[in-house]
Amino acid sequence: MESKWVVVIASSVIAFILKITGYIIPEKYLEKPTIKSITNYVPIVMLSALVIVQTFSQGQTLVFDARLLGLLIAFLLLLFRAPFIVVVIAAAFVSALFRYLFN
Amino acid sequence: MKIPSHASRSIVTRNAVSVGLATGLYGISFGALAVTSGFNFFQTQILSLGLFSGASQFAVVGIIGAGGGSIAAIATSSLLGLRNGFYALSLANLLKLKGYKKVLGAQITIDESTAMAVANNNDEDLGRWAFWATGISVFVFWNIATAIGAFGAQFVTDPKSLGLDAAVAAAFLALLWPRLSNLKIRTVALIAGVLAFSLTPFVQPGIPVLASVLIAIIFGLREKK
Repeated sequence: MESKWVVVIASSVIAFILKITGYIIPEKYLEKPTIKSITNYVPIVMLSALVIVQTFSQGQTLVFDARLLGLLIAFLLLLFRAPFIVVVIAAAFVSALFRYLFN
Repeated sequence: MKIPSHASRSIVTRNAVSVGLATGLYGISFGALAVTSGFNFFQTQILSLGLFSGASQFAVVGIIGAGGGSIAAIATSSLLGLRNGFYALSLANLLKLKGYKKVLGAQITIDESTAMAVANNNDEDLGRWAFWATGISVFVFWNIATAIGAFGAQFVTDPKSLGLDAAVAAAFLALLWPRLSNLKIRTVALIAGVLAFSLTPFVQPGIPVLASVLIAIIFGLREKK
């Protein structure tokens, strides 16, 4: 419980510092194009890694289970431009159904 | 024909409310997933009030829920939040924030408010209006939705049986999806995914996601512009 509070507060404080720093420092210090393009890629690589880890990892073990089926459904729905909430609920539903039927 | 400013403002305000309502729906899933990942109601709500950046919040919840360490969760959240600092940097000249408005404005500097400000900044007043209207709208709806999701999820005893672990993966994919605008970005995303997959057996949970930043650095350095 304690460590969760640390995570909640520390990540909130750092997030705010990052936001307000942008309004405090003069633009010229950070306008380097390389820094900008790295920053543009950061959310892409991290979200991609998070998708993979959340789908396949169980601690340090790689497993192929109901989550993969959920992810495939999410992928298909996104291809057809389904809204966020539909994608999330469908993924949950499909993997829950799979577990209910086969576990 | 030039539309009178109050008319443009009401259009922007209406758009801001729609954006807020749409993100509110993510908020319900965030609230529910946070609670089923072991965060209590208050911790969940403080993440939405204080951290207030969707991708970072889902990352904290996903990493802790999967048994990752505190440092990995904080670092991942912060790296994902880095872009908000760059948004602030690019909005500073438009918004010209002073005093307490700087604090409030900073807190609502996120993807949605930045995009709406930039989309309307051909008229500076309208750009500023779009920023505040969208930021406030998303903040209010996001937090109400988080509370609803978190409250509802308190009655869930076995998150796995409801497929909520798969829902987190789907949420990350849905957050990534609109950013995959060209082939190069898709390739970078794929490489990062393969790296995270390959590292998983060898390092602590949470590290594969942090390691993916190396891919961003490599491709960022190679870019000339």
